[in-house]
Amino acid sequence: MDIQVRVWRQQDSSDKGRMESYDVKDISPDASFLEMLDVLNEKLILDGDDPIAFDHDCREGICGACSMVIDGVAHGPEKATTACQLHMRHFKDGDKIDVEPWRAAAFPVIKDLVVNRGNLDKIIAAGGYITAPTGAAPEAHATPVPKKDADLAFEAATCIGCGACVAACPNGSAMLFTAAKVAHLGLMPQGQPERDTRVLDMLQAQDDAGFGGCTNMGECSQVCPKGIPLTLIGRLNSDYRKALRKQL
Amino acid sequence: MADFWNDGDPIADTAAPEGPIENRWEKRKFSAKLVNPANRRKLTVIVVGTGLAGGSAAATLAEAGYHVKSYCYQDSPRRAHSIAAQGGINAAKNYRNDGDSIYRLFYDTVKGGDFRARESNVYRLATVSVNIIDQCVAQGVPFAREYGGLLDNRSFGGTQVSRTFYARGQTGQQLLLGAYQAMERQIGLGNIEMNSRHEMLELIIVEGKARGIVVRDMVTGEITTEMADAVVLASGGYGNVFFLSTNAKGCNVTASWRAHRKGALFANPCYTQIHPTCIPESGTHQSKLTLMSESLRNDGRVWVPKSASDCQKPASDIPEEDRDYYLERIYPSFGNLVPRDIASRAAKNVCDEGRGVGPGGLGVYLDFADAIKRLGKKAVEAKYGNLFEMYQRITGEDPYSVPMRIYPAVHYTMGGLWVDYDLQSTIPGLFVVGEANFSDHGANRLGASALMQGLGDGYFVLPTTLGNYLASGPYEKIGADHEEVVAARKQVEDRIAKLLSINGDRTVDSFHRELGHIMWEYCGMERTEEGLTKAIGLIRSLKEEFWQRVKVPGTGEQLNQNLEKAGRVADFFELGELMCIDALHRRESCGGHFRAESQTPDGEALRHDDEFSYVAAWEYATGESAKPTLHKEQLEFEYVHPSTRSYK
Repeated sequence: MDIQVRVWRQQDSSDKGRMESYDVKDISPDASFLEMLDVLNEKLILDGDDPIAFDHDCREGICGACSMVIDGVAHGPEKATTACQLHMRHFKDGDKIDVEPWRAAAFPVIKDLVVNRGNLDKIIAAGGYITAPTGAAPEAHATPVPKKDADLAFEAATCIGCGACVAACPNGSAMLFTAAKVAHLGLMPQGQPERDTRVLDMLQAQDDAGFGGCTNMGECSQVCPKGIPLTLIGRLNSDYRKALRKQL
Repeated sequence: MADFWNDGDPIADTAAPEGPIENRWEKRKFSAKLVNPANRRKLTVIVVGTGLAGGSAAATLAEAGYHVKSYCYQDSPRRAHSIAAQGGINAAKNYRNDGDSIYRLFYDTVKGGDFRARESNVYRLATVSVNIIDQCVAQGVPFAREYGGLLDNRSFGGTQVSRTFYARGQTGQQLLLGAYQAMERQIGLGNIEMNSRHEMLELIIVEGKARGIVVRDMVTGEITTEMADAVVLASGGYGNVFFLSTNAKGCNVTASWRAHRKGALFANPCYTQIHPTCIPESGTHQSKLTLMSESLRNDGRVWVPKSASDCQKPASDIPEEDRDYYLERIYPSFGNLVPRDIASRAAKNVCDEGRGVGPGGLGVYLDFADAIKRLGKKAVEAKYGNLFEMYQRITGEDPYSVPMRIYPAVHYTMGGLWVDYDLQSTIPGLFVVGEANFSDHGANRLGASALMQGLGDGYFVLPTTLGNYLASGPYEKIGADHEEVVAARKQVEDRIAKLLSINGDRTVDSFHRELGHIMWEYCGMERTEEGLTKAIGLIRSLKEEFWQRVKVPGTGEQLNQNLEKAGRVADFFELGELMCIDALHRRESCGGHFRAESQTPDGEALRHDDEFSYVAAWEYATGESAKPTLHKEQLEFEYVHPSTRSYK
């Protein structure tokens, strides 16, 4: 199939950036979206043009590196699918496809489609962990965890930290990302001692990093490639209120 | 044949204590020198890579009080490729009361490695396996649990005990996030200086000791020299030498290879693991391969058409009598459940005969029609639903109605930098952990053992043995103007300048694909003296062409993904050649590889313990035409005596 892509090109963080169009001819419907960009890049290189920079690594939907807005939707049109797992068969011959980077105040563009998501790490560093220095662990079976809680914690823990939720949010909020970690650790008995400080510190870090506030738009959950449910934000808010009250 | 290498002096692991195997690690822990807690913050350790091994090591060393500088090429330490491991992690907990023990895990691992791993190392790995699970549970890793709230286990990779802990099909992800969160905590506390999007491009050795690395900031292109009292490589495996593999696109050998070029021996480079159940290539655009859990073989039946002329027909048009269920035919007792290497080789053989199916004839069917008839679609869906969904997402085909197509793909590399029992390479102060070292899996890794080794090395082994080395420090401060530092930096700058200056007419990827094709054809599952000799010639001339015709666009002072790739591919050429030489010299079939000249009368793998029961540790050949030198580390089997596998 033949398609046209309009791609955001930006030399570096100081460049204003612009959309540029490229024709991609004879692309296999079995190619992934990123493989289509690979094919285009091979051509650009041989033509003496600058290939399009984009983040990617595992290409199997788990590392969370790939990050592009395709036709206005973070990770593109397929539900619960990262860009690397999106295949060209979901497009048709002659399509014109827009490709843009994550856009959020907290994710400055580095080049083309590559953005800096280091602020997500900062939220984790502020409290997204259970303090358990190596060697101090009790026997694994000392604390049973109800299966229901373990399963729910697992669901929350499947977040791949790609940042699509932030890119989709009109406020550029990282609330779903933070809520997923708060829920994962807060559901485990091991996570209880730090439950209050965790939610307070992570939300503070989120604000400090320049992410916007949550106004319950729900766009985040819609684009989440792992289907992290919006209800976790409610859970976070509840934890947050409880923690605040205890502070008083 | 010996024209390709020189024979050198034998090498020995002098760090392993003697005595009863169950006491050796205790003994080593006690004999290891300790560093006074107050002195630890004066000691700096560089850790390259943030996967299970590097992440767990960095977090643990920082907790212990050392100053840690961590580097990864990804934009976040959480994205290291350990994240993609699906199956699980072994531990000798014996929670199922099914007769498991540390000794049994040790035994299974030595045997699974086809008697090419060190007993001392493997026993230690089995010992720490139980601590790993405790540690991960304490961190909040959401392992699968039973209704009673206790941890669930399953049998994995053909073992007879259920010792595999798992978190759905995302065990690697959950374990890595545990290590990553422990790391982030230390980053937040200021104990780890994290450098994402930084690539190690050279090792700095001063007075015979590893003292630092040269790194490139992948965003600005800035080259800096980073100094430390010790350097830890946790930079993963080298499966991407094959271009197509299940590794992430960025996985590379550069950190290890730079250390090898500076004197670290590289052990058993030809030991690679090829996984039988991957989704086949769909065309020339293919950039990587995706693994599906081999549990699929529990219910799927593998077949190809009996006649090559049927290969283009839809599977449904091929009647039962024209199908060749070749695994069931050749291995009647194990059938579709033969080990990974046998299933992989058999698939390649039928495809080489022209009986493969799908694009390019590079695939075999994995058919669930019988299972669906026997168990019902619902039961099959309950068992394999997520895998079927993944398959359909990638191929656009519905495996409930048409058989899956599968093909083997490179998945893991057992070889790596040679380390002693302390995980120290032949360069003092350079430690190597996880997939980057060669130590525990012999010639073949068992399922669910990679995660165990990565975390075992990082959480429990390295912090003890590295402390022993650091106890002799702090070492003299080295300035950026030291001649060795200046020289290492210049090497990096010169190489980048050279890559950028060629400005030829072929892309980096086109060379990488061609190299991968050579490796797959001649240094994959089945090797011959003739093929390997040919491959060495092909690689050498391709390497030469690379340095004349490669086109790397852009400059070194910016984010330049092609420049990154070019440097990695340049190292893959040299590694590929060494892999072929290693494979050539090992005239036996062993572990995951079949050497065509070494087989039993009925075509099965034939090991030669009398001749090849050693670790092949290669010394880098300096100068363009020089030959690598082979150092042999003889393997002793005091506890698990070599035996032969049979699956017929």
